[in-house]
Amino acid sequence: MFKFFEPNKIFSITSRAPKYVIILFIVVLTIGLIESLILSPEDYKQSHSVRIMYVHVPAAWISLGIFSGITLLSILGYIFKIKNFFLISKSLAPSGFIFNLIALVTGSIWGKPTWGTWWAWDARITSMLILALFYFLYLLAWRIYDNKDQVYKITSIITILGIINVPITKYSVDWWNTLHQPASINILSKSSIHSSMLFPLLIMTAAFALFSLLIFLMKYNTELIKIKNKGLDRL
Amino acid sequence: MTNELLLMDGYGIYVWSAFIFTLLSFLSLYVIVKIQHTKEKKKFIAKFGTLNLEKASFAKSQSAIKEILSNSSYI
Repeated sequence: MFKFFEPNKIFSITSRAPKYVIILFIVVLTIGLIESLILSPEDYKQSHSVRIMYVHVPAAWISLGIFSGITLLSILGYIFKIKNFFLISKSLAPSGFIFNLIALVTGSIWGKPTWGTWWAWDARITSMLILALFYFLYLLAWRIYDNKDQVYKITSIITILGIINVPITKYSVDWWNTLHQPASINILSKSSIHSSMLFPLLIMTAAFALFSLLIFLMKYNTELIKIKNKGLDRL
Repeated sequence: MTNELLLMDGYGIYVWSAFIFTLLSFLSLYVIVKIQHTKEKKKFIAKFGTLNLEKASFAKSQSAIKEILSNSSYI
């Protein structure tokens, strides 16, 4: 199964796929924007400010999902000594970090009309800020260290420490009294969100996921070209 | 209709700034990654150009290198 992840096999996919992914992303994003800004109803309590949810929630979901994926790949890469897993993780991190920043900034913008403040040291918001710090440290480690074995070790440690924060972020609204509202969407139980709001939310999530796929493909392809550049030096 | 969409009962400033920040973040990340990609590709083409005939034909036999060269507008 791991042979599928060989860089050379994926190279042709990562070279050709971005142009198709970007078209699909623009189409899905356009539908999502029309749905979330025009067609979806306003909330009976929060009025139009609820529309911020359509960018805030998908960004938070995807940043948490990407960090979990990076951690899993780093652990597997370390156990099975698959260097390509580290390369995939490295290529996923920039979009995860950007989504984390989007979740923090849009959350802050949403907080002002809803809670009357831009920022509160609330469990959910603080744990998202800590996640952003872990993303930053992870990306910084790749920039600082040249020695591959050292960078694999350090990035793995950062992700293992950072993953502890992921369930804390997820369940913070249930464990503590927070300003942040509890989850409206539950996979295992009935969601409290109406379908007229759930549909645009899912469309925007699909658009954001396509964007992170696009960035991943471009970044991974860049990393492979870097490796080929080093290969040419050795010829 | 347009005013209603822009003002959103006073919440427009919050809603639009959140959406604009998101789209600008997308655009910035895309441009940064695209620049890095183009830079590495240019570097590759420049290095490939300095190879002698024998090394170049050996390099060209590798599938990934063939792919980079065929997708490049620099040669």
